[in-house]
Amino acid sequence: MAAFLVGLLLFCSPVTALFDRPWYWESIPLLYLYFFAAWAMYIALLAWILRGKGE
Amino acid sequence: MTAGATGEETVLSGSLIILVSLLYVCLLFAVAYWADRRADKGRSVIASPTVYALSLAVYCTAWTYYGSVGRAAESGVGFLPTYLGPTMAAALWGSLLLKMVRISKSQRITSIADFIASRYGKSHLLGGLVTLIAIIGVVPYIALQLKAISSSFSILLRYPDIVMPRHAGNLPFWADNALYVALMLAAFTILFGTRHLDASERHEGMVAAIALESLVKLVAFTSVGLFVTFGLFSGFGDIFEQARQAGHVKPLLQPAVGGYSAWFSLCLLAGLAIILLPRQFQVAVVENSNERQLRRAIWLFPLYLLLTNIFVLPIALAGQLQFPNGGVDADTFVLTLPMARESQWLALLAYIGGVSAATGMVIVETIALSTMTCNDLVMPALLQRWGHTPPGQNVGIVLLRIRRWAIVLILLLGYLYFRLAGEAYALVSIGLISFAAVAQFAPALIGGLYWRGGTRDGALAGLAAGFTVWLYTLLLPSFAKSGWLPMSFVEQGLLGIDWLEPQALFGSSGMGPISHCLFWSLAANLGTFLAVSLLRAPNAAETAQATLFVDALKRDRPVGGGFWRGRAEVDELIAMAGRFLGAARAREAFTKHASKLGMRSTSELPADAHTVTFAETLLAGVIGSASARVMVSSVTKEEPLGLDEVMGILDEASQIRAYSHELEQKSQELQSATADLRAANERLLELDRMKDDFMSSVTHELRTPLASIRAFAEILQDNPDLEQEERTRFVGIIVAETERLTRLVNQVLDLAKIESEATEWQNERLDLGELIRQSVDSTERLFRNKGVRAFLHLPERPALLWSDKDRLTQVMLNLLSNAAKFVPEDTGTVDVELRKYPDGYLVRVSDNGSGIPADELPFIFEKFRQGSGGHEKPVGTGLGLPISRGIIEHLGGRIWAESTPGMGATFSFLLPESP
Repeated sequence: MAAFLVGLLLFCSPVTALFDRPWYWESIPLLYLYFFAAWAMYIALLAWILRGKGE
Repeated sequence: MTAGATGEETVLSGSLIILVSLLYVCLLFAVAYWADRRADKGRSVIASPTVYALSLAVYCTAWTYYGSVGRAAESGVGFLPTYLGPTMAAALWGSLLLKMVRISKSQRITSIADFIASRYGKSHLLGGLVTLIAIIGVVPYIALQLKAISSSFSILLRYPDIVMPRHAGNLPFWADNALYVALMLAAFTILFGTRHLDASERHEGMVAAIALESLVKLVAFTSVGLFVTFGLFSGFGDIFEQARQAGHVKPLLQPAVGGYSAWFSLCLLAGLAIILLPRQFQVAVVENSNERQLRRAIWLFPLYLLLTNIFVLPIALAGQLQFPNGGVDADTFVLTLPMARESQWLALLAYIGGVSAATGMVIVETIALSTMTCNDLVMPALLQRWGHTPPGQNVGIVLLRIRRWAIVLILLLGYLYFRLAGEAYALVSIGLISFAAVAQFAPALIGGLYWRGGTRDGALAGLAAGFTVWLYTLLLPSFAKSGWLPMSFVEQGLLGIDWLEPQALFGSSGMGPISHCLFWSLAANLGTFLAVSLLRAPNAAETAQATLFVDALKRDRPVGGGFWRGRAEVDELIAMAGRFLGAARAREAFTKHASKLGMRSTSELPADAHTVTFAETLLAGVIGSASARVMVSSVTKEEPLGLDEVMGILDEASQIRAYSHELEQKSQELQSATADLRAANERLLELDRMKDDFMSSVTHELRTPLASIRAFAEILQDNPDLEQEERTRFVGIIVAETERLTRLVNQVLDLAKIESEATEWQNERLDLGELIRQSVDSTERLFRNKGVRAFLHLPERPALLWSDKDRLTQVMLNLLSNAAKFVPEDTGTVDVELRKYPDGYLVRVSDNGSGIPADELPFIFEKFRQGSGGHEKPVGTGLGLPISRGIIEHLGGRIWAESTPGMGATFSFLLPESP
């Protein structure tokens, strides 16, 4: 549940707007980088939570 | 970079493409066959959590495969919510999906229509409505897959030229490859999904094939992505750089039309669709083989989505750079980019990837829809015709036939829609229209999982309302845009009433059509569902099912079986199940059930609620729960349970559940109560002992003077001629002893009064120094008799306080006479000291007597504990100190004793200025 809220914050809130600006890393736009980095982190978070739960 | 291909002659011909496609299909069959064989041997391949997660990726259809790039080219990151939504929703699967899986397993639920129908008392009507919505909502989506396969085939056929396919509607239908695709897929699906009738409606082979397809489409898409990013360009940075110079990047990163509300509703839509689409329900719930699979899928499936999406934007940008004049549809970039660089094998791979994405979706979706059609649309009609008693033959064959025809029919419907709608609407829009349709299931399904109050009527009304709004605000306008309805309908509203404008209901504009539809349809749906549900309380069947659904995750969850009463013949049940499953398999199932209960044969099975429920769930796997209930009731003499009785059974069950909990609590309470009691008991024993001690002390103290009084009185009585002098002495002793007795009795009464708080206290303003002086004066005679000197150390200022003068005097006299008792004669000194403390006064009475031994010090204030200091029996009652302590403590102060044996003792008390 908490993970879901984190997801909501990461992907569905004005937080995304923070990264929506003309800034480039190796000419890759920030927003593109942000989405995939946040996405990967979110998946890692889910995996970590579930691993911690055990059988 | 494409040198390898440019020099060669073209090998991609129509026959090669068809051959490869067929080979691919054969490979799928081989995998499916292999998986089925493995499953029969009990070594299921699809039990692997990874395979489960891959099969969930049937979510990524041709819409993802081709359409994402198209959408990215049009609206930048706007393609992402469709995948972020499921990613976020995955976090909730641990409870939501787990619950659905568990319920479906225990009730043998085989489709989403069955699930919803079952939740609201196994209603045929509800199942039918859900099926209808699903078919209407999903057929366009199937059409989209057909379109994707057929147009990718047409494009590849023209290799190396890149020509967009003509509108299929212009072709005669026999020349239209989409028709053949549809028919081939129908055949394929029938072979996959309806080879035999399974009681659990699971398709191991199909799932394995779907998992393989998910791998293929991922590999194909990633290959194209790698080729484009690192073959055509030199990495991500290069693509973005070039695209920026060409002016493609900036618009791409703008949020989609409608801003955040659209973004949010797309996330919500996709998050709902991931479990509500019939095919997703099929793979996620029905085909789930164990609950542990969920745990890996929760992170593995989002990872799959992530990998699928990494190259979407680069491909879209590369396509726009490659085909700057817009002659090539962005939806085809995945295929046309390799073609443009004459990389024919990669193009073929890309095509196969697209085929796998489309076929995977079509197969699972049509299987799911055909099951729903058969169980929830056709069966009820058949049951009505048969009058609740099926014909004697094996009905299983009939069922299979119905399903096969349903598959063909659904695919032909899809084809028809494709022919008619054709190019009218881009790929993406069709997908979202479907998503919005199945989102209508959310209130009834999710609400039903957590709220007991939902009723069949509420679910029906909610679904109908939501579906109507969806039809009006999304489907009809899409028809209008395709030219089947006048556009004026969209622009001016129905009959020209502007607040009925389909995409701006009540004047609500600016949301974008999808969010607009989602908002109004879900609002209507949820509102009606709640309102109608609240109109009446759930009836018996609804309450029973609600409990099974809502409490599914509780450790001591309820099991079905209690909610039936009547008479049944086990043989009749087996025979009836046999008509659907085949006699042998029905008997096998019942035998297994019997042996699980520890019985040798089915004849030992009791014809009770448990067996009937078993038969019903067994049948539910084949014909759906609603029909199964009707069938079972046709061979059993069921006496309908009233709501009261169901509530009674529920109460009983919950009482039993509550009971164990309560027991635990009770035993804990009992333990603590026991401890309390033991402590209280010890206290009582102590008090009892103290009372006994007190009694024996008092009687002892009373007996001593009484004994001497009696002895002297007897002497006087027996010797009347005693001398006057003797007589006077004896009488004097009697009087003294009587006085001592009186004093003792007074003190005992005094102490009792103080302890029981019955004393009357008369507080007044007094000077403590004055009081001490008077007390010392009144004991002066005592001191003088013994040659004791008393010293007073009093402050000059009056020590004023609010207290009871008589009682304090009593304490002072007690302490002074005590001191006088223990000091040696002639050399004894008594020091009385008064000191002012910040909020009170300290009085110390010190003597130079023998002191109190350390082991007696703690008990010196207890009753009848007399200091033994002088080794001879001291005079006094032994009640003086306890009385003093009672008084001081009542006045809010504290009294204590200090002593160094041999050096004297000091009694001190501290009094507050006001009690």
